[in-house]
Amino acid sequence: MAEMQTAPAGAGAGRRLLTWVDNRFPLTKLYNEHMAQYYAPKNFNVWYVFGSLAMLVLVMQILTGIFLTMHYKPDAAKAFESVEYIMRDVPWGWLVRYMHSTGASAFFIVVYLHMFRGLIYGSYRKPRELVWLFGCAIFLCLMAEAFMGYLLPWGQMSYWGAQVIVNLFSAVPFIGPDLSLLIRGDYVVGDATLNRFFSFHVIAVPLVLLGLVAAHIIALHEVGSNNPDGVEIKDAKDARGNPVDGIPFHPYYTVHDIYAVSVFLFIFSLVLFFAPEGGGYFLEFNNFIEANPLKTPPHIAPVWYFTPYYSMLRATTDLMVNILAIILAIAAALAILRGGFRAPAKIAIAVAAIVAVFLLKAFDAKFWGVVVMGAAVLILFVLPWLDRSPVKSIRYRPGWHKYIYAVFVFFFLVLGYLGSQPPSTGGNVVSQIGTLVYFGFFLLMPWWSRLGTFKPVPNRVTFQSH
Amino acid sequence: MTDQKIDGGKRTWIIASSCAGAIGAGFVAVPFIKSFEPSERARAAGAPVEVDISALKPGEKLTVEWRGQPVWIVRRTPEQIAALPKLDPELADPKSQRNPDELTPPYARNENRSIKPEFLVTVGICTHLGCSPSDKFVPGPQPSLPNDWAGGFLCPCHGSTFDMAGRVFKDKPAPDNLRIPPHVYLSDSRILIGEEKRA
Repeated sequence: MAEMQTAPAGAGAGRRLLTWVDNRFPLTKLYNEHMAQYYAPKNFNVWYVFGSLAMLVLVMQILTGIFLTMHYKPDAAKAFESVEYIMRDVPWGWLVRYMHSTGASAFFIVVYLHMFRGLIYGSYRKPRELVWLFGCAIFLCLMAEAFMGYLLPWGQMSYWGAQVIVNLFSAVPFIGPDLSLLIRGDYVVGDATLNRFFSFHVIAVPLVLLGLVAAHIIALHEVGSNNPDGVEIKDAKDARGNPVDGIPFHPYYTVHDIYAVSVFLFIFSLVLFFAPEGGGYFLEFNNFIEANPLKTPPHIAPVWYFTPYYSMLRATTDLMVNILAIILAIAAALAILRGGFRAPAKIAIAVAAIVAVFLLKAFDAKFWGVVVMGAAVLILFVLPWLDRSPVKSIRYRPGWHKYIYAVFVFFFLVLGYLGSQPPSTGGNVVSQIGTLVYFGFFLLMPWWSRLGTFKPVPNRVTFQSH
Repeated sequence: MTDQKIDGGKRTWIIASSCAGAIGAGFVAVPFIKSFEPSERARAAGAPVEVDISALKPGEKLTVEWRGQPVWIVRRTPEQIAALPKLDPELADPKSQRNPDELTPPYARNENRSIKPEFLVTVGICTHLGCSPSDKFVPGPQPSLPNDWAGGFLCPCHGSTFDMAGRVFKDKPAPDNLRIPPHVYLSDSRILIGEEKRA
């Protein structure tokens, strides 16, 4: 325990109070560690505002959520009506509701951009693996939060979306049907399901989410922020031991972020007041019809932020499973012939490949669709160990690496678009190609990320003052 | 601290009590997980449903709710019945041999998957992920369907197609034919869904 400090003689009441608190709680210490003396690289660009914006949206979602909970009824017979009641009869209820529903989409826009920043500047590389892992866990929680929240208005899309996702679990061999029964709490999506999703949405997942956000920030402030050059600023320190290329988060980046917040809120308000449904992408039109368990709407699609994964699920047909089996066999053959492994390792690869191909054919394509969808999210977790490039930032990678990232982003967007469209033969072929590109990008990364001529990385960050 | 010796006995007891605590926590978790299961009220629901089919014309479909799920009763036209055997090569499981106990009761294991060739009684829930397929009874080319479409059902969620006997087409996301619920004809115009013929 630190020794009791005393305020200097003649100090004002505020200073004396702060000293009193600091002797009992590390208030000044925390403030310095995370704000006034947290040194962030001075060369941040616009990509670095999305972390703060994500925090802003999180706070907004929690606040609006608290107020919505005061009027909403988690009852299959009353839920739809209570949302309409909030929209029409509760004073300013429409604003709170639209802030929450638009906020969900804004959250994913901000988080996708935040993740893309990490991807291009190598922010997940040593020593920031845990920052990335906590971030991926946050992304997973957000998806759960968004999915369960979407059931609550009890519209047609809520109902049939939940029906589809809960049935995903029933595709798991052996335990699947019991598992989906356990999630629904009934033989069909119904009152029991709505009630438990409400509980998860308003308390269980947000608690986990807040804990993970705290862990994400603590881990970040332990290792320090990366920057667009991927240079460690801690390698060059001044006489006082502070990074020469670092500037205190407060006031420099708080001002920077407040500017970004203003721009963000400007755009957010435009959507909120003029297009809260986001053209049917943020709030689907079918969700303004009450849930009807006897009739699926003619076209059902998840909300936009899930569509890339939904496309991959739809792309996994019997044909796709056969293609995967062939790719697996070729990969195993190449690993054995060209990989330079020892004999026991070669045998292990051959056995593993045979077992994998057998399993691919043994279970339904439906199950593998679920696996592909899950793997598409979970593969993000291993990214720090897939990237073997000698430099972190895209700035110092071979020029053609940029095209790989461009192709990846292009197909991710195409998958997202196709997932929002009705199924079609042509679209299915494109989404199968997109799925292979998505997984190829990650699974071949240990190979391609080492190829090419890398540019020399400077010792210090590049920065021009304005 | 480093000069202290490890007290082996104390460590054993710490491990033992931690294990006992973990087992206790495991037991405490059981009632909470059990509370996720369907309640007694949910289990008790699901009585058989009696349907009057006398008003159903050929080519028409009737939907009734049984255990919270849509059950379709389709009165097929003679052309639709005649088209069924021709589709066999394009179907994933034309003879309804997969999971017959779950999907197709013995009295429906035939080309029409029904007791009477004219009437199809099936659960209108896609075996892929549980959407309710839409009617596509009109033959011919149309969006999301092949050009030689002979009439049937299209699942709007993932594009699985089924013929007029609820049999799934090949290379579609849905692995199985639509489920035929247990049902029995009480008379020519009345069906009881949810119960089989009592011996």
